[in-house]
Amino acid sequence: MQELGKVESNSTRIIRQDDKRVTIEKDLDTEHMVLSMGPQHPSTHGVLRLECITDGEVVVEAEPYLGYLHRCFEKHCEKIDYPAIVPYTDRMDYLAGMNSELAYCITVEKLLDIEIPRRVEFIRVIVSELNRIASHLVAIGTYAIDLGAFTPFLFCFRDREHIMNLLEWISGARMLYNYIWIGGLAYDVPADFKKRVDEFVTYFRPKAVELYKLLTENEIFVKRTYDIGIMPADVAINYGWSGPMLRGSGVKWDLRRNDPYSIYPELDFEVPVPDGKFSVVGDCLSRHLVRALEMEESLRIIEQCLAKMPEEPNFNSRALIPKKIRPKAGEVYGRAENPRGELGYYIVSDGKSTSPIRCKARSSCFVNLSAMKDLSKGQLIPDLVAIIGSIDIVLGEVDR
Amino acid sequence: MEEAANQMSPAVRESKTAYDNIRERFGDAISEFDANPTMPFFEVLDASRWVDIALYMRDNSLLQFNYLACLSGVDYPEEQKVGIVCNFECIGKYTHRIAVKVKCQRDGGSIPSVSCVWHTANWHEREAYDMYGMVFEGHPDLRRILCPEDWTGYPLRKDYQVQETYHGIKVPY
Amino acid sequence: MSSSPSLNTWSDALSGFSIGWFPLGLVIVAAIPLVFIALYALTYGVYGERKISAFMQDRLGPMEVGFWGILQTLADILKLLQKEDIVPTAADKFLFVVGPGILFVGSFLAFAVLPFGPAFIGADLNVGLFYAVGIVALEVVGILAAGWGSNNKWALYGAVRSVAQIVSYEIPASIALLCAAMLAGTLSMQQITLMQAGPGGFMHWFLFTNPIAWLPFLIYFISSLAETNRAPFDIPEAESELVAGYFTEYSGMKFAVIFLAEYGSMFMVSAIISIAFLGGWTSPLPNIGGLELNTMTSGPVWGAFWIIMKGFFFIFVQMWLRWTLPRLRVDQLMYLCWKVLTPFSLIAFVLTAVWVINH
Repeated sequence: MQELGKVESNSTRIIRQDDKRVTIEKDLDTEHMVLSMGPQHPSTHGVLRLECITDGEVVVEAEPYLGYLHRCFEKHCEKIDYPAIVPYTDRMDYLAGMNSELAYCITVEKLLDIEIPRRVEFIRVIVSELNRIASHLVAIGTYAIDLGAFTPFLFCFRDREHIMNLLEWISGARMLYNYIWIGGLAYDVPADFKKRVDEFVTYFRPKAVELYKLLTENEIFVKRTYDIGIMPADVAINYGWSGPMLRGSGVKWDLRRNDPYSIYPELDFEVPVPDGKFSVVGDCLSRHLVRALEMEESLRIIEQCLAKMPEEPNFNSRALIPKKIRPKAGEVYGRAENPRGELGYYIVSDGKSTSPIRCKARSSCFVNLSAMKDLSKGQLIPDLVAIIGSIDIVLGEVDR
Repeated sequence: MEEAANQMSPAVRESKTAYDNIRERFGDAISEFDANPTMPFFEVLDASRWVDIALYMRDNSLLQFNYLACLSGVDYPEEQKVGIVCNFECIGKYTHRIAVKVKCQRDGGSIPSVSCVWHTANWHEREAYDMYGMVFEGHPDLRRILCPEDWTGYPLRKDYQVQETYHGIKVPY
Repeated sequence: MSSSPSLNTWSDALSGFSIGWFPLGLVIVAAIPLVFIALYALTYGVYGERKISAFMQDRLGPMEVGFWGILQTLADILKLLQKEDIVPTAADKFLFVVGPGILFVGSFLAFAVLPFGPAFIGADLNVGLFYAVGIVALEVVGILAAGWGSNNKWALYGAVRSVAQIVSYEIPASIALLCAAMLAGTLSMQQITLMQAGPGGFMHWFLFTNPIAWLPFLIYFISSLAETNRAPFDIPEAESELVAGYFTEYSGMKFAVIFLAEYGSMFMVSAIISIAFLGGWTSPLPNIGGLELNTMTSGPVWGAFWIIMKGFFFIFVQMWLRWTLPRLRVDQLMYLCWKVLTPFSLIAFVLTAVWVINH
């Protein structure tokens, strides 16, 4: 059987049965409908707009429109000093501020070519892994809410609250930290830090298992995400996917392992990749699964860091921060593994100015989202929601 | 020359090997290799061959730059040019990375689009067009992406002057 | 099984109490369910849901208005009453206004045939069950009117989904109820209840006297979730997909009316399932030898108490499911209806028929 194509209108199909017989199928003549999903829609996770052309419940095509949250991050960077950019990076991926700061700081440090105290490195890794857990909790929680399950969302937020409190205690802010500075940290950690982080780790382990049982193993949840929105590995790489999205497609690619920075080479952790037994590799469930499993790995990293972190009384975390940051002329592309993928900064310095002459943020969500148009073709509207949710976008980072 | 190669870090040496391969194939279409330690790069001098180079970089079995990590637009006011900087990487077989620069005339210049080679380039080229105004020839859907459709000017150019009003709203504040 | 249950003394005395010709006691007994419906549906259904969900989600729920937030729903209703009554310019005004009304009326009309006790039933129709099933279908008209009249694409999606869902799920639901009707041999709600009354308490209920009855019981329970648009079948109002489904454009009191209609039908299906399979207003406690628990807990007031308790139990289960499960997809929902529930309800129907013939 071969479909010869559509004639007259989209309701008529001509199908060749064999050489002599041809059948003409005629459906009820229906029109396509343009459905504007967003910018104020509960499941677009912010102000994304999808212009969907729908045929009943089926999405024929969905075109994403961005820019509703564009705040000219890159233009700002050209006007302000290097250290002053740090708070702006918080506001890009506001769910993982520490990771954004870390990516920016290691990029500038690469350009400056300076040494970082070992204790600072450990603290940086601990806070960014804590933030990664918090970010994944939001991702998983909002994904649950996209699929209609409310309770896991609030469980996630309850646990995230503990991390927020910890980070507030360290840095003074709950989401926009301005804690990791170029060459050091804003403050050393408080005295009881190790104890409280340790308490959190012991508290959170069973909660993560509970969440896994409540949501990931739920029959309806699996039904809604299994085999939906499949992205093959090679296409995912071609689209520039990174982070949990790429790992969900079965590519074992994690910048903490493949382009190591900070003290990650010393730490022992797995890079979870779906094996295709519980989910189809590359579907929404795989991407969710990677996030769920990564939280456990982050806990392991935090535990190791707590054990290895050097104790230094009267440690001055600002001691090695350069007085005036003016890198020599050159350019650098530095990146770090954000909860959403590769967050890269391309910075150009002319050697004279104290602010970069070009600072481009390579946002992981922006790149991951660009595959939306291909992924959404021919999906049902509920599946479209499942796919957007699995991409886990933060519009602050997409639009910058 | 040998001595210089020995001083390079392993990562830069890998990039150099990849560069040598491309240089052999394309000769003068690309510039000398800039072996700086932070971001080793070369420049495409003959922009019209950019798509060929891109395809070669992606498909050659010794290069396999299948991952376009970043594509940034850059303004070069003193050269009267705008350009793009692409950071490439191989996921899988190799670990090498390299950066490529392509430049074009500031006013009315154009760069061939590589969105058919790497899907990533699609939105990144739209962003570069949005911010710098260079045209990407052969791009399937070259529209502004972050700024509104009817915005005037290219905001990240160094000589950008913001418009006074936008739909009756005062812009500079 | 006794055709007229013996009423216990204080309950009997209350219903027999009258001042002159005026049967005050009977009026009081009759008023219990009515007051309950008003109270429950207008306030405490919503309050209960919020508190139960809060309990399940490790939070407190409403705490500000009144002790433990007891007056929260009243405050909400006051707020909704004060809101501007917005009718979108592009909406079909007649349908837009009429829709919530039909919904509300539809969900509360079925209360007429629900027996709230041996002494109280609004109208003991001989086709009571049939009427209750039929009147629910009226909601479809209201939903379609609301969805189409809103002139909003999301509302239209919600309405179309809802109609497809309710109409489909009526089939397994009706067949499942038919099993109960067959067991009772009557369609009158009061008679169905009386058939399940007796000194053995719960042992006389259809669910326990009949080895097959659990199948139609489960089928009806699942279908009733779909008919009232409750999770995991809340697809018509799936807030993450369709914003708010068919009532996207509604605000103020019209929204409140739709909301209350939903809670009304929640109680209605819970009462129907208790009547059809769990003995309605009969007491679950059996007489054990000399300890006459069943006799002690029967009577008009007790009757109202039991059916409300049973209703509450099912409402609790509905809420429990809602706050635990994600939402199914449209096609999965239809699959469940036509390929799982409908065949099984037919099997249950045949088995029940065989059972009834042999007993």
